[in-house]
Amino acid sequence: MSFAWAKQYEPQTALTKWLDEKLPLPRLVYNAVGAGYPVPRNLNYMWNFGVLAGFFLVVQIVTGVVLAMHYAANGLVAFATVEHIMRDVNYGWMLRYAHANGASFFFIVIYMHIFRGFFYSSYKAPREMIWLLGVVIFLLMMATAFMGYVLPWGQMSFWGAQVITGLFGAIPLIGEPIQVWILGGYAPDNAALNRFFSLHFLLPFVIAGVVILHIWALHIPGSSNPTGVEVKQESDTVPFHPYYTAKDGFGLGVVLILFTSLVFFAPNVLGHPDNYIEANPLSTPAHIVPEWYFWPFYAILRAFTGDLTIPFTGITLIPAKLLGVIAMFGSILLWFILPWLDKSPVRSGHYRPLFRKFFWFGLIPAMAVLFYCGGAPAEQPYVLISQIATAYYFLHFLVILPIISQIEVPKPLPFSITEAVLGKDKAAEAPRAGSVGGGDTGTAPEGSLQPAE
Amino acid sequence: MATDTAATTEVSAAEEGVRRRDWIHIAALGTAGVGGASVLIPLISQMAPSQDVLAASTTDVDVSAIAEGQAIKAVFRKQPLFVRRLTKAEIDEANKVDVGSLRDPQTLAERTKEGHPDLLVTMGVCTHLGCVPLGAAEGESRGDFGGYFCPCHGSHYDTAARIRKGPAPKNLMVPDYEFTSDTVIRVG
Amino acid sequence: MTIRLGGIIAGLAITAVLLLWSLLPGAYSYAFDPAPEQQPSAAFYEHGHGPEGGFAFDGAFGKWDMAQLQRGYQVYKEVCKACHSLKYVAFRDLKQLGYTEAEVQAEAASWTIPFKDPTTGEMAEAPGKPTDYFPPVYYAGQGHPPDLSLITKARHDGSNYVYDLMLGYGEPDPAKAAKVGFEVPDGLYFNKHFPNVNIAMPAPLSDGQVTYADGSPNTTKDMAKDVAAFLTWTAEPKLVERRQTGWFVLGFLLFATTLAFLSYKQIWAGVKPKKK
Repeated sequence: MSFAWAKQYEPQTALTKWLDEKLPLPRLVYNAVGAGYPVPRNLNYMWNFGVLAGFFLVVQIVTGVVLAMHYAANGLVAFATVEHIMRDVNYGWMLRYAHANGASFFFIVIYMHIFRGFFYSSYKAPREMIWLLGVVIFLLMMATAFMGYVLPWGQMSFWGAQVITGLFGAIPLIGEPIQVWILGGYAPDNAALNRFFSLHFLLPFVIAGVVILHIWALHIPGSSNPTGVEVKQESDTVPFHPYYTAKDGFGLGVVLILFTSLVFFAPNVLGHPDNYIEANPLSTPAHIVPEWYFWPFYAILRAFTGDLTIPFTGITLIPAKLLGVIAMFGSILLWFILPWLDKSPVRSGHYRPLFRKFFWFGLIPAMAVLFYCGGAPAEQPYVLISQIATAYYFLHFLVILPIISQIEVPKPLPFSITEAVLGKDKAAEAPRAGSVGGGDTGTAPEGSLQPAE
Repeated sequence: MATDTAATTEVSAAEEGVRRRDWIHIAALGTAGVGGASVLIPLISQMAPSQDVLAASTTDVDVSAIAEGQAIKAVFRKQPLFVRRLTKAEIDEANKVDVGSLRDPQTLAERTKEGHPDLLVTMGVCTHLGCVPLGAAEGESRGDFGGYFCPCHGSHYDTAARIRKGPAPKNLMVPDYEFTSDTVIRVG
Repeated sequence: MTIRLGGIIAGLAITAVLLLWSLLPGAYSYAFDPAPEQQPSAAFYEHGHGPEGGFAFDGAFGKWDMAQLQRGYQVYKEVCKACHSLKYVAFRDLKQLGYTEAEVQAEAASWTIPFKDPTTGEMAEAPGKPTDYFPPVYYAGQGHPPDLSLITKARHDGSNYVYDLMLGYGEPDPAKAAKVGFEVPDGLYFNKHFPNVNIAMPAPLSDGQVTYADGSPNTTKDMAKDVAAFLTWTAEPKLVERRQTGWFVLGFLLFATTLAFLSYKQIWAGVKPKKK
């Protein structure tokens, strides 16, 4: 699954030759993340985050499996077993802080990865499937993170479980039975704690499975790149190894420095003090807030403060709570149709002047506001500005993107990645007609772009 | 660099052998290897006994209340510990045995502390496969040799808790202990 | 095209519902309705700043002051213990404060630990062993006042919070109280550093209350600082060890990342064009 000029795996020793015949695992790795995978030569640092996300998935699985050796999912002792890990288990504090902050870093890295996708339109053909699988991974991550946060059985764990499962209660008719079914009771208790632990252990492996599909789908068209012009010829690419393994190694070092700074010097700044108080079903904390990575979606949930009524009749069509739940889930689910909303043939935001303005001055500030308001108390003026930002969020994806992709005049694209990097490209003497097209596979010089198999 | 970079990549591919030997790559890979290996330290040592388990690894037992001929069961490192005060007859019987004929030759004196020849402290763990032998509690079978009897596979221990019959290879283990006073022993 | 048309319609519909039914009524009431009344107590809350000069363990290079932790433990034992438990801390942990094995044993034995007698089935008490945890506290009429093991992590900026709380007692300014109609409810005490300024705990410390074994000054401020330091240790006993490990790890990572950067630059040297 690669371009015609991709290097072929050649086993050198008797052992690797034998292995290649019986189970070509080295060949698979070689073609996936080795010298056999040609990658555009012009990737910038925004392309580091995919590998980093994979790294943090591994961190979470490894530290999580180890923590599960000491944790007990029982309301009577769960909080105490976490303290046992922190105080008595050898290096337990390090493992737990790495796991808690690892979740935050996983989300930081994933958000960078997603916004890379937004700006460079990585979701467009021929990469829709990669994008769709990515959204599935993100949804699984959110479910996993939510259930993981319940496990320490602190006040925020308990009330987070109460509030989030309460969202399902907003569904008409079947909502409340569903909520009781999810919790296995009328409030979070042992039943909920145990099933959340079970699923929190299971889902990361499901994520790992979808990640494999995500990478598989990536290797069919190959990586996107900052110009958005598809790879045409060998001079557009370099082998993944050693070029991008080296770059990813450096990026990993930088991120690890940030990560360990947090783990060893400020492990609790991203958490909430209330979660060091054991769960108490009789007393709600003053401000219930989810973990920071849910804040934008929490802000969207809370933006809907009024029931949808028919004016002057007093008839309620949709209660505010349900509106909020629909909007919150809708805000992520709409990413599934993103490849078909934005039909501009140009991928990269660099060559889309109008899109770029809306991206930097619309979407990014709106997301920043939503992040901020989601963590703020539900009071004015936060509610008001989060409502404006929520409105922009939906307008951006559902209205602005389809319209600008229709009316925008893109800047001229370079003929090829080689031209973008070097300033000129011998092959550019060929007709330039197709160079603007997004899915311009048909116009590439003969043999230069093979649809991968 | 304005030339076709296909050539460049070919050159770099050809040079790869040379580059690989470059010290900077070796240093970088070596350092990464050291880092990766040191991550194993917490991952492995977290499975070793935690601080609370280690702290509970000594146990004080008050032996003053044990009457002659009686035994008590205590707990040492989450395992049963037998403390028996032997009768004169039991001591004599133990000393009568020809040590050379035993599977695990030990005298009673070697298995007790000086000055306390009547106090036999052993683990209540059969040396065969780890069952708890009978005989420490009132009314339990004490086996053919009047000591302890393991019902799992029929190991018989004598009054000095030495293996006499059955599959167990060793005498019941005598843990490290000392008298902290005349009536209290500290095990571990 | 259908998807885009549907998207535009859905987007406009969501926005319309949000703006007309949520934002407009909200903005109207924000602009014209009277602002929600503040609790009168809010006027009296003052944010504390912790002890002057901070704690010995502050900052990335901070260390425990063992003598201070021992003094803080003495304050806990002579004052706090009457109402507050320390249930996640074991007596054996006191060794980390610089006590010897024998001292820890004697200290544990000076506490009585409740347990269920297996022969009678009734609750009994026995002197503590090093492996025992600090016993629970039941306070007549109040149940369990908050356990203090984690208090400095369970409050924002907890070490300073505990210190400030010890010193926040007093009387509200009578003129101001009369103006906003504020009274300290019966059975509660005024504390300007407590979030709603009415706290159920009476002022626990007064000058000279605890006579330190090491003869250190024992004003209320000294005791507050010592006990806040002690409770920081109970909440995060691995604090100093954690930072020391952190410096080691960071140093290693800086070195490794520098090497990785050099390696990366060298590998790319033949491919990257010179900056124009």
